[in-house]
Amino acid sequence: MAFNIIVLAKQVPDTRNVGKDAMKADGTVNRAALPAIFNPEDLNALEQALRIKDQYPGSKITILTMGPGRAAEILREGLFRGSDDGVLLTDRAFAGADTLATSYALSMAIRKIGDFDIIISGRQAIDGDTAQVGPQVAEKLGIPQVTYAENVEEIDETKVRVKRRLDNGVEVVECKLPVLLTINSSANACRPRNAKFLQKYKHAKTVTERQSENIDYIDLYSARPYLNLTEWSVADVEADTTLCGLSGSPTKVKKVENVVFQTKESKQISADDSEIEELMKELIANHTIG
Amino acid sequence: MSNFYTDTPQFKHYLQHPLMKRIVELKERNYADKESYDYAPIDFEDTLDSYDKVLEVVGEICGEIVESNSEEVDHTGPTLDQNRVSYAPKTSENLDALNKAGLMGMTLGRKYGGLNFSMVPYMISADIVSRADASFQNIWMLQECAATIYEFGSEEQKNKYLPRIVEGETMSMDLTEPDAGSDLQAVMLKATYNQAEDQWYLNGVKRFITNGDADIHLVLARSEEGTKDARGLSMFIYDKKSGGVNVRRIENKMGIKGAPTCELVYKNAKAELVGTRRMGLIKYVMSLMNGARLGIMAQSVGLSEAATREAYEYAMERRQFNKEIINFPAVYEILANMRAKTDASRTLLYETCRFVDMYKTLEDISSERKLTQEEKAEMKYYSKMADAFTPLGKGMSSEYANQNASDAIQVHGGSGFMKDYKCERLFRDARITNIYEGTTQLQVVAAIRHVTTGTYLQRIKEYEAMPVSPELESLKRKLSKMTQMYEKLTEIVAAPRDEEYLDFHSRRLVETAGHIIMGHLLVRDANKNPDMFRRSAEVYIIYGQAEVIKNYNFVTKSNVEDLGYFKPELND
Repeated sequence: MAFNIIVLAKQVPDTRNVGKDAMKADGTVNRAALPAIFNPEDLNALEQALRIKDQYPGSKITILTMGPGRAAEILREGLFRGSDDGVLLTDRAFAGADTLATSYALSMAIRKIGDFDIIISGRQAIDGDTAQVGPQVAEKLGIPQVTYAENVEEIDETKVRVKRRLDNGVEVVECKLPVLLTINSSANACRPRNAKFLQKYKHAKTVTERQSENIDYIDLYSARPYLNLTEWSVADVEADTTLCGLSGSPTKVKKVENVVFQTKESKQISADDSEIEELMKELIANHTIG
Repeated sequence: MSNFYTDTPQFKHYLQHPLMKRIVELKERNYADKESYDYAPIDFEDTLDSYDKVLEVVGEICGEIVESNSEEVDHTGPTLDQNRVSYAPKTSENLDALNKAGLMGMTLGRKYGGLNFSMVPYMISADIVSRADASFQNIWMLQECAATIYEFGSEEQKNKYLPRIVEGETMSMDLTEPDAGSDLQAVMLKATYNQAEDQWYLNGVKRFITNGDADIHLVLARSEEGTKDARGLSMFIYDKKSGGVNVRRIENKMGIKGAPTCELVYKNAKAELVGTRRMGLIKYVMSLMNGARLGIMAQSVGLSEAATREAYEYAMERRQFNKEIINFPAVYEILANMRAKTDASRTLLYETCRFVDMYKTLEDISSERKLTQEEKAEMKYYSKMADAFTPLGKGMSSEYANQNASDAIQVHGGSGFMKDYKCERLFRDARITNIYEGTTQLQVVAAIRHVTTGTYLQRIKEYEAMPVSPELESLKRKLSKMTQMYEKLTEIVAAPRDEEYLDFHSRRLVETAGHIIMGHLLVRDANKNPDMFRRSAEVYIIYGQAEVIKNYNFVTKSNVEDLGYFKPELND
């Protein structure tokens, strides 16, 4: 038994450790000031895919990402951890996409990839926090989806059993294949990059990268075809440009506000036991703790 | 989010040492593997790039996983149940991460699944792992035993065991026994050969065995009945899969508590002979120990790095008398000395690694083809240097790790004495480094002949001949004066031709050589990278100079007869 798995991954600005220059004056994210990273929950998704592959050798993992040229880094990061292939969906026409246009573009690319049993993505990306792209891709492909997944408990040729982590507990569901799963951060953390894969794939580049950078080992790419990363444009995936990018995005940002947190009231207590006890009682009473 | 490789730029500096090009070319046999292995490098630059990228992974795993697990590992430790050891859960997590990252068997050849790395990046990894958790470094570093199987095992043994080590099976070296610690000639564990079965069996007890429940053991045992010395000892492989060895107890240690130290009972345990009989201690253990000593040197440097950082961080935050304590001369002197000793022992570590790389690789090549005259001379030279620098480096870096760990507590003041701060663990962990794999006193025994035969002096003269930028000239002049004192000292101590007198002063002589050598190495480093090393070079040489003068005075202001006052008065 072996499975064809597609992992949807996104390169995002690292919003976890933001400094004061993280936002621009107009309220948009200052991408230049933040390092570009592999969206954390997409790493959980990749780990889930790798675990299926560990269990069923011969399974194939393809990472699909949409973004500017530098998002090819996501494909390499996947290869360094054990994925088999990667596709970068990149085109000016994709720029400015909201979740609807993004999921349309991704679904078109998935159709082009063709054969798949499972699509796995992170629950949401740390830049937009919408959690909409995974579900919308499933809708567009007309396949079932399991959201908030924490672990694939069992998988066979026809169905998958998945543990979901919900607000008030866990739920185990079964679903027919093909299926799309979105993975929570409570799932297994992604394994580190592997020294051999790292050395094998470190020269992997897209055509655009090879043309724009000064590449030392140009002969390698014909001798080692796996170093050529796939890059698809709007035309390659036969997408309707009116449904892509800005023109395909009904979401419009009306206004962005800077929020400054301010303390409304403050209170000082001394370090003696009775006052601390009082504070504890108060915090428990108003459900701040406990 | 910390990366223990990228936050220490010194590592890259050592990867870029001029000798690396030659080492890598030899190690990679002019990059022949690129035709048959997709992860083999194409040329020198590509190799260095691979070293760099893989070390970044090591640094990430250590900075994010191993370090965060270290406190819990220290508290939980391994457990023993029905004669089998289980690591602390977090230790297993560490091992799993390094295994998944493919970091076992780093130096082994690609045909066994290894990475074929040189000693330099391998020991940089060991240095980083130790900074994160010294007890875990023990377990991880024991993969070094694989080198002994590679060097002395049969083809069959190599093919059987080396790929398993790459896959993550752990190792141990079972040498010491209740009555054979520093004196391994006294090993009694019995190896008997059953002719009918063509099989060796081991019976007896081993004690203080680090990682004693490992998958694959190297065992020193007495194969020649009736013998009492080193010539009756042979080396064996015990495979846990075949059974026969039980763990009787795990020692309750002061430090490196994450690493199980075991007492083992061998009961008719099947074993395979390594190499030839009677060569166990004389040849194989010596080689094994040299590798292990390099590993402890790296462990010491990693601990020094951790201690230095802890102390700096605390001193920059802690305020007393209305300022951060780092502003007080009494405190910043301690800190500057810690940094200097850490950098000094690190530069000595990588110099030693280069020597080991050079001679081991040439030795390996000599089994494939005849070496040229120049290569033979090179091998001889580097082999001698490695032999001289290994005990010197192990001795001095482990003493510095202890001093630094102690100083880190001092900088923390009363808080450092509490269990709440990491420095107390570092102190306990460091304490073993100058004891195991040969105490410092035994390192001095191994090193002293390189004082008397002039190996250290030869190398010092070579450093002296290397040009440096004008601003470093004064440091070189100081080192020359220290060298004159060293030569004088050697002369004085050797003159009476009294073995005991030489033994008595040998630590002072070896340390003196060490100060001069580390001083020169830091000058070399500062010459290339002044921003990174100038301060440490200056501070270390001031410190080393004072130490050399102290040693000089100790020897010249006492005489042979004074030895009597030190000797114990034993009642009949």
